[in-house]
Amino acid sequence: MGVKLLLEKAHVEGIRTYAVYRKEGGYRSVEKALQQMGPEAIVEEVKKSGLRGRGGAGFPAGMKWSFIAKPEGVPRHLVCNADESEPGTFKDRYLMENIPHLLIEGLIVASFALGSNDTYIYIRGEYAWIVDILETAIEEAKANGFLGKNILGSGFDCNIHVQRGAGAYICGEETALIESLEGKRGNPRIKPPFPAIQGLWQRPTVVNNVETLAAVVPIINMGGEEYAKIGVGRSTGTKLISACGNINKPGVYEIDMTISVEEFIYADEYCGGIANGKRLKACIPGGSSVPILPANLLLKTAKGETRYMNYESLSDGGFATGSMMGSGGFIVLDEDQCIVKNTYTLARFYRHESCGQCSPCREGTGWMEKILYKIEMGKGRKSDIDLLWDIQRKIEGNTICPLGDAAAWPVAAAIRHFRDEFEWHVLNQDQAQKRNYGLAHYAEPIYVPAG
Amino acid sequence: MSQFSETQMAEFKRLVSRYPEGKQKSALLPVLHLAQNSFGGWLSEKTLDYVAELLNITPIEVYEVATFYSMYNLKPVGKYMFEVCQTGPCMISGSDNIIQYIQDKLGIKPGETTPDGLFTLKTVECLGACGYAPMMQLGKTYREHLTKDKVDAIIAECKSIAAE
Repeated sequence: MGVKLLLEKAHVEGIRTYAVYRKEGGYRSVEKALQQMGPEAIVEEVKKSGLRGRGGAGFPAGMKWSFIAKPEGVPRHLVCNADESEPGTFKDRYLMENIPHLLIEGLIVASFALGSNDTYIYIRGEYAWIVDILETAIEEAKANGFLGKNILGSGFDCNIHVQRGAGAYICGEETALIESLEGKRGNPRIKPPFPAIQGLWQRPTVVNNVETLAAVVPIINMGGEEYAKIGVGRSTGTKLISACGNINKPGVYEIDMTISVEEFIYADEYCGGIANGKRLKACIPGGSSVPILPANLLLKTAKGETRYMNYESLSDGGFATGSMMGSGGFIVLDEDQCIVKNTYTLARFYRHESCGQCSPCREGTGWMEKILYKIEMGKGRKSDIDLLWDIQRKIEGNTICPLGDAAAWPVAAAIRHFRDEFEWHVLNQDQAQKRNYGLAHYAEPIYVPAG
Repeated sequence: MSQFSETQMAEFKRLVSRYPEGKQKSALLPVLHLAQNSFGGWLSEKTLDYVAELLNITPIEVYEVATFYSMYNLKPVGKYMFEVCQTGPCMISGSDNIIQYIQDKLGIKPGETTPDGLFTLKTVECLGACGYAPMMQLGKTYREHLTKDKVDAIIAECKSIAAE
């Protein structure tokens, strides 16, 4: 069992309540941060920790904090991104449902570090019941002097407000989230200016993912240097992985980023192997937008080295033979799954979620969906595969926000690694919908549990 | 025309109070949720105009938001809305069969409402319950690990509540 920093106490009975959370050592980081450290020292600790944004982009959190502008007399804001919408990702939900005070604690420390007196949690609209959980936690924290005016006599005032979205994947993009928080459509803004200079209501703003902010708590408690010792290379600390698809034990796992992909899939402690005695066909390791990998390239890199569950190893080989850590949404496909159909559902998702601002994304996602549907339904031609490839290339890099890339990558990777399956669909039109193409790149797992 | 009751108005004021002076438009999304819950599960043009008036913004500012986000219903819906996820992770876990089963059972297609006004079936994109697939949203909560038996039980549960 690896190190657990976030979910260690998540299953203590009653941990959702302030009383139990506090008894288990909660809110110590607020005391330490507000009474012994100053804002700059907190930012320094987070920098030292090497913590990278857990929402998907993996940008160093401490550096992001240090960019915030501090013009005289202008309020600054911290915004927590709880819009979790990337297919395959449900880790933030798990954290907020089970141990909400951890997020509130991290938010107070981060708000103090950034000088945010009014901090907002923007949560996806569908997580309606979690709003109640968070608002209860906020009320409890306030009643116990950790929120409100003059927290712990430090002179720092802070309130946290929870705002519900209303069903839009795009609002997970930080500038779209800010637009939505201002009561507008979720259209991403052109950057620069970055939110750190002009964000919410044109004020300096930092937007951080739920898991990133929760990780601030152990960083302050143990110190940035100690935190950085966990993990490997630039993948420091622990990461929440939400595993789903055709595995025996779907769920949320906290890993320390030193375990192999094979161990993660087959060990009983984690996914517990492929369900129903089937074999592993492919996996999307970091949320639906990252490249899908066939089993052989998932378990080992192109160089034949073991692939590990961390930022560097998962992206080893670039997009040609690697993928990304992304948001930690780990989607496993067994031998019976059709890559064309899976790619079609993802293309449909991105078409549905495109905000419509940029033509390459608005039009391209629609075209990709239509062509994939055609191929899947046994009406495709061989030239459609090249057309798909062409369209995704014209979307990538040509849009204001990364949704275009997110829509293009799954299609590109599916064709790159499973072109034979696409061809099979157009050559065997009468059988296309039977969807049992089988395994293209099968790799026998060699994982042997320790002991 | 429907207007907020006293309690709903108190909630409206609480929502607006969370933003700085003059930034009341920020409350638009939560206020639309409140309006939808208060006025029969959907937003009519009159309701949108009412929200615009309350927030002191132009009606177009409300329309453009109401039409952008998928959770706002711009047409009447059934008392119980089954919002079944159909994106990749749910699909590979068998959501197709669940959607088909609900269609057969209720005699409606996605986007339709039963003649008695009780059920609406809607297919939706990823709701963040991939590890507990197949799933649907029903009101404020999720129903997860769906099977045909569970769907039967949910339908029976809704019918019995409605009959009370």
